[in-house]
Amino acid sequence: MSTSQLVERPDRTTRWRLPRRQLPVLVSLALLLVMYGIGVSQYQAFSNIQVVFNVFIDNGFLLVVAVGMTFVILTGGIDLSVGSVVAMTAMVSAALLRDGLPPALVLLIALLIGPTLGFVMGCVIHFFEIQPFIVTLAGMFFARGLCTWISSSSIPITDGFWTSAAQERIRIGENFLTVGVLITVAVVAVAAYTLAYTRLGRNVYAIGGNPQSALLMGLPVGRTRIAVYTISGLCSAIGGILLSFYTLSGAPLIAVGMELDAIAAVVIGGTLLTGGAGYVLGTVLGVLVLGVIQTLITFDGTLNSWWTKIVIGGLLFAFIVLQRLLGFRKKSLSTR
Amino acid sequence: MSDTNPVLTMTAISKFFPGVRALDGVDLRLFPGEVHALMGENGAGKSTLIKVLTGVYGHDSGSITLGGETVSFSGPMQATEAGVSTVYQEVNLCPNLSVAENIFIGRQPRRLGAVRWRDMRRRASAVLARLNPDLDVGELLGNQSLAVQQMVAIARAVDVRARVLILDEPTSSLDTDEVKQLMRIMRQLRDEGIAIVFVTHFLDQVYEIADRITVLRNGRLVGEYPTAELPQLALVEKMIGKDLDALERLDEQAGRDLAAVETGTPVVEATGLGRSGSVEPFSLTIHRGEVVGMAGLLGSGRTEAARLFFGADRADHGRLAVDGRPVTIRGPVAAIEHDIAFCSENRRTEGLVGELSVRENIILALQAARGWLRPVPRRRQDELVRRYIDALSIRPADPEMPVRNLSGGNQQKVVLARWLITEPRLLILDEPTRGIDVGAKAEIQRLVVQLSDGGMAVLFISAELEEVLRLSHKVAVMRDRQLVTELANDDDLDADRVMRVIAGGAEQKDGTRQ
Repeated sequence: MSTSQLVERPDRTTRWRLPRRQLPVLVSLALLLVMYGIGVSQYQAFSNIQVVFNVFIDNGFLLVVAVGMTFVILTGGIDLSVGSVVAMTAMVSAALLRDGLPPALVLLIALLIGPTLGFVMGCVIHFFEIQPFIVTLAGMFFARGLCTWISSSSIPITDGFWTSAAQERIRIGENFLTVGVLITVAVVAVAAYTLAYTRLGRNVYAIGGNPQSALLMGLPVGRTRIAVYTISGLCSAIGGILLSFYTLSGAPLIAVGMELDAIAAVVIGGTLLTGGAGYVLGTVLGVLVLGVIQTLITFDGTLNSWWTKIVIGGLLFAFIVLQRLLGFRKKSLSTR
Repeated sequence: MSDTNPVLTMTAISKFFPGVRALDGVDLRLFPGEVHALMGENGAGKSTLIKVLTGVYGHDSGSITLGGETVSFSGPMQATEAGVSTVYQEVNLCPNLSVAENIFIGRQPRRLGAVRWRDMRRRASAVLARLNPDLDVGELLGNQSLAVQQMVAIARAVDVRARVLILDEPTSSLDTDEVKQLMRIMRQLRDEGIAIVFVTHFLDQVYEIADRITVLRNGRLVGEYPTAELPQLALVEKMIGKDLDALERLDEQAGRDLAAVETGTPVVEATGLGRSGSVEPFSLTIHRGEVVGMAGLLGSGRTEAARLFFGADRADHGRLAVDGRPVTIRGPVAAIEHDIAFCSENRRTEGLVGELSVRENIILALQAARGWLRPVPRRRQDELVRRYIDALSIRPADPEMPVRNLSGGNQQKVVLARWLITEPRLLILDEPTRGIDVGAKAEIQRLVVQLSDGGMAVLFISAELEEVLRLSHKVAVMRDRQLVTELANDDDLDADRVMRVIAGGAEQKDGTRQ
């Protein structure tokens, strides 16, 4: 009787496996291609490349916000304050420009408010061990309240720098992009690099995988946690600036519910709500899916714009179930 | 060995928790190139001592020196940097990251701030080459077996130029072959001059590998001994601090009379019960007052079979009869209604609610059986809980203590108490003695005998054959998700024979009872 006989047991690794880490992103990509295909087959004008560019132009601020949200969700947290921070940033910019401050200073102030609030929320979450849901909910009310305190009605922006940034067309052949799209692309690139190639980025994944382990492995859990809420705040601030470029105004009730769109985009982009798995690229795909749905409904012309919400709702359900199925397999493997 | 200087000394360490003196003047000396076993019952203070050493807890008095200098770590990270690494019982790594990343996260090779993935994978392969050459370091850790995960944890620990490596119950979830691998790794690291602290409940492993033993009891130091000068029996005596009558008296129970209990209608009868992908169809009867042992290796389907009885998994083949009447058990609630109780193997994750008190945890199942609309009166709760705390000698005997503050063995007793209080007719015990100390083990074994003498049917699952043989009337052997045979526990049956069946030897059908 040899010991090797004694310890034989079913091999768990030989079963056929998809690249599970990338699977949700591939599903998002397939979904996007199918939708785009439907658009192209139904409407001739859909194949115009400007349609794709417009999706970026119209959703750039959402994409930037969703990128920040990706960091937070990867750690297993959530940030409900983003929509309000976007509105607050736009509002503060509009009010300060109206009061005649130089645009460079306004930009600086506007870009500092969001991360500061994010930093404070991160500290509260970490040091007082309070659920992110509640802390960022408080942040959401706080920032929204601040918007109406600044002004209860919309403030138009007439500043020269802002209007030129809003109206500048960057020509690419027959088509064009806006300054906002370039900023968006830059944010996405920096975020993707940060997550894949920096220690901060890898710590984000580790904390999402198992915070207890991350702590015992000696990773700076608290610092990273505070950092992701600060990053999300910064992204919201950039999103707010982009939104003020887009609308050339600051309005107290703009971007209401945007946090939910951002969360939806992140989830449809294949990031696990429990944290630890997902990519910025997935979030880009998620936002594009939302954008293409909107475009399809606009092209149709007969459908109520609320159909966007109905389709997003359906997709969210589908993706959450997908996550569950993948998560279930992961669990059954680890308890073996 | 004592002519060299210890790499690490802990002197007169004391640690108080509210109301508890967890450590009281404990010393520990670690020499380079030595495996040092830290022994003690549950609650003796081993875990606390290790947490003090690695800076998870501060200490109230005493001093720690590392390489001659006084140190006091603020946390595991600082300890690791100073060369004191810990591998915990539950593997503390991130399942969502690759093997390579788990080894290097926090100190990845970088150039201009960017993680150099290729360099990292190459170095990970180099580190693992010493331990387990054929492992793809790009694979997700979560896809690896527990043994491999543990190896990765060790690789992570020793790559930081560890001078002291602490292994906190590393073997409790491993099977025989995996333990051998781990021992090989430990010897290798020891020969490289690392001081290894080995915390375990397995005495055999201590005597196989440890050079020196420190024994703790109730937060106090009993003594430090070279392994060669401390016979096994003396070690156990020092650990539990009482004579071994308890264990020996149980031995006389061996060879229990099967014919006497196998009368009348069985309490439960499984006929061709099975679940595809989980356990092959099997048949098994358990009578009043009968203890059926279930033996087999890790992953042989023991737990899976038990879960079918309890309805934790739905059977998709076969029938189950309770008292001769066929029943369909749709879930644990239905099982409880049929007076079936199940003590799960993972008491931390499946059995207990750590935040709730001992009393609340014990009352839980009884309350569930009564329905939530009929609360158990507080007076009756207190009375019941008091009775079971005494009967099982749960320590500390404080009904209002949150369960997570109890040691492993005492938590196990709380799980047991919870089910016993519902007065089940079939009690399923899945590895009830794993990871708990000798004293508590003997108490639980004695309890099983008492319960079955009182008419309870027991399904007893354990990896320890001696234990199964000591308690059972008959032994059901599982292999590769099949119940391969039932053996009557008569005088002929010994561990060797059961082992042969488990290993898949010749004895297949001729060994069946009657």
